[in-house]
Amino acid sequence: MKTNDVILQFTAKIVFFMIFFYAVHIFFAGHYTPGGGFVGGLVTASAIVLLIIAFDIKTVQSIIPINYIYLVAVGLIIAGATAAFSMFMGKPFFTHYFDYFYLPLLGKTSLHTAALFDLGVYLVVVGVTMTIIQTIGEDE
Amino acid sequence: MEILMAFVCGFLFMAAIYLILSRSLLRIIIGTGLLSHGAHLLILTMGSFKGSAPPVLSEGVTDYVDPVPQALILTAIVISFGVTAFFLVLAYRAYQELKTDDMTLMKGSEDHE
Amino acid sequence: MNNFLLLPIIIPFFFGMFLIFNQKRLAYQRIITMLGLILAIICALSLVYKVYLDGPQTVTFGSWPAPFGITMVSDMVSALLVTTTLVLAFFIVWYGFESIGKERERFFYYPGVMFIITGVNGAFTTGDIFNLFVFFEVLLMASYLLIVLGGEKAQLRESIKYILVNVLSSALFVITVAFLYSVVGTLSMADISLKIAEIKQPGIITVIAVMFLMVFGMKAAIFPLYFWLPSAYSAPPIPVLALFGALLTKVGVYAIMRTYTLFFTHDLAYTHELLLILSIITIIAGCIGALAHFDVKQIIIYNIVIAVGVILFGVAQMNQIGLEGAMFYLVHDMIIKAALFMLIGLVIYVTGTTNLRKMGGLMKTYPALGWFYLIAAFGLAGVPPLSGFVGKLLIVQGGFQAGNIWTSLLLLASSLVVLLSVMRIFIYAFWGEQGQVSNQVNKKVYNRMFFPTMLLVFISILYGVGTEWLTPLMEDAAKILIEPSIYTDAVMKGGN
Repeated sequence: MKTNDVILQFTAKIVFFMIFFYAVHIFFAGHYTPGGGFVGGLVTASAIVLLIIAFDIKTVQSIIPINYIYLVAVGLIIAGATAAFSMFMGKPFFTHYFDYFYLPLLGKTSLHTAALFDLGVYLVVVGVTMTIIQTIGEDE
Repeated sequence: MEILMAFVCGFLFMAAIYLILSRSLLRIIIGTGLLSHGAHLLILTMGSFKGSAPPVLSEGVTDYVDPVPQALILTAIVISFGVTAFFLVLAYRAYQELKTDDMTLMKGSEDHE
Repeated sequence: MNNFLLLPIIIPFFFGMFLIFNQKRLAYQRIITMLGLILAIICALSLVYKVYLDGPQTVTFGSWPAPFGITMVSDMVSALLVTTTLVLAFFIVWYGFESIGKERERFFYYPGVMFIITGVNGAFTTGDIFNLFVFFEVLLMASYLLIVLGGEKAQLRESIKYILVNVLSSALFVITVAFLYSVVGTLSMADISLKIAEIKQPGIITVIAVMFLMVFGMKAAIFPLYFWLPSAYSAPPIPVLALFGALLTKVGVYAIMRTYTLFFTHDLAYTHELLLILSIITIIAGCIGALAHFDVKQIIIYNIVIAVGVILFGVAQMNQIGLEGAMFYLVHDMIIKAALFMLIGLVIYVTGTTNLRKMGGLMKTYPALGWFYLIAAFGLAGVPPLSGFVGKLLIVQGGFQAGNIWTSLLLLASSLVVLLSVMRIFIYAFWGEQGQVSNQVNKKVYNRMFFPTMLLVFISILYGVGTEWLTPLMEDAAKILIEPSIYTDAVMKGGN
């Protein structure tokens, strides 16, 4: 059955970016306020799901050619490596480092290794959610 | 507040057990979801309520709640999210393979069906 | 502070990550897996040596002070169990090269194994009750993957029940931790031990003790909660079954052992008496199951239930000898169950059936398999120079010392039933007329499966013969279980 969903497809193309950037915002906001990798990952996944609803799984797969299981692995490696990094510095596992830096445009910014850990979490959440949706959605 | 929460937790557990004991696989999965919600709410209750105080302690803050239960809930939510997602996929696969989602038709082993 | 004790957990984790890539290249998968396991075994062995020399090692994550951060504690108990886990995983993976099937190998079998080891080792090592829950979930998630891998009908059907049971027990775990937290206000196991002694609220603590017994009992398969185990474990292929049978229930047993020696020592007359009664009923229920079945898998699976009962009987005595016996028996049982499952796998491979009635006369065609099976069976029952003997002797000795004469005698009698149940396999499968023979036996494949099995049986013999050398380690382990102060001191003072 072919339905005419021009409006949905047109809207999805724009709204996808809005949701995605909101996810990025949530991800960075998580440093001091509610938010973070887990929520950001879920929101990103929901943006991709919107695309899947508007188009179909094959089209989206060709737009975003990512193997989501690899995304999970990369995320876990990043998170694990961030935690294990301090082992090489002679500190207990999971010790984080942070400091304030003066960056151009942004001014005084706090950079924290926990953000890297959170990036790992973000990738894992996107990967897991999308893997599950693909597994169920693939065979119609 | 604690009394109310006790009732809410109890209601969630009750609903969860009712759903888990039903025959449809999908209802069972929803039941496990409710069960974990009940458990999370219980942790929150056990960490004691202090109105809307945030779980943040910094200089000059006198009104705050214990952040540990909230951290525990977050971890538990993530885990139950993963397990529920996996369970859903498995249920779907099982439905495809076994052509049923009725638990009474799934019991027994190969030898005595 | 010593990060070294984390290596047996982190190495399988990272290797598991790298195994997710290149799923289709079997050589890469196999080599990386074996490499990771060998590295981890070396680390674990040196960890045992270090713990033996310097006492318990601790590290608290994130440089937090001890009772606030998550502490990982490697004392003799966990170091020994971690080492056994890794050694068994090594042999089971080796055995699985020929028997697990290429389909599974290409679909996340090796990452699954590595994650399960991460979870098991983490659960053995952690010193934080909520972190224990997290590691339980890690190993459970991996076990869900492994149990359903392959997607056969029986597997799908059984894995739904398996997951449901474990989801329920996880929810119960969270609830129990919530209760415990509201009473003691801490999650560090050492700190909980100290706080429980301070607050003097035996009533509610006893309730929590019984709830923990339910949570861990569901995983360890003790008497009223073992119903899920036989059917769930019969679904997956033999290497996965060996991994589950050797490791997963033992994590539950370890958790009971830890909580019942570290936390709940305030009301021994109630909690440990309950544990004693349940362990005895577990043994009886296991014996009935082991004798009733004619399916080789089921017989060995019910022997897991019996062994769980025996170990918990040792824990329930709550004296040095009983706990030392429990430790001896725990490690013995992990090794011998893996060996037995591997042997059973070979029997199934050469006959093509799991039904004992259809087997027969294998002694003529596979004499080596028969003899090694006989050794493993005697080892399981505890015939003297072999591995099960010392553990059971010490447990019974502990039972006599604690005044539980009749139950100890019952435990001894159960050894006869165990012997009978495994000898039935020997008699039916290896003696008598030639029974069913699979026509797909490849001698080369058989030999490649037989070699790791043989080595594992040798290790179990060494474990029995080398009791003399292992005794100091086991004494150390039992001492830390009987005297929680060693554990708590190591955590509280070993911080930063």
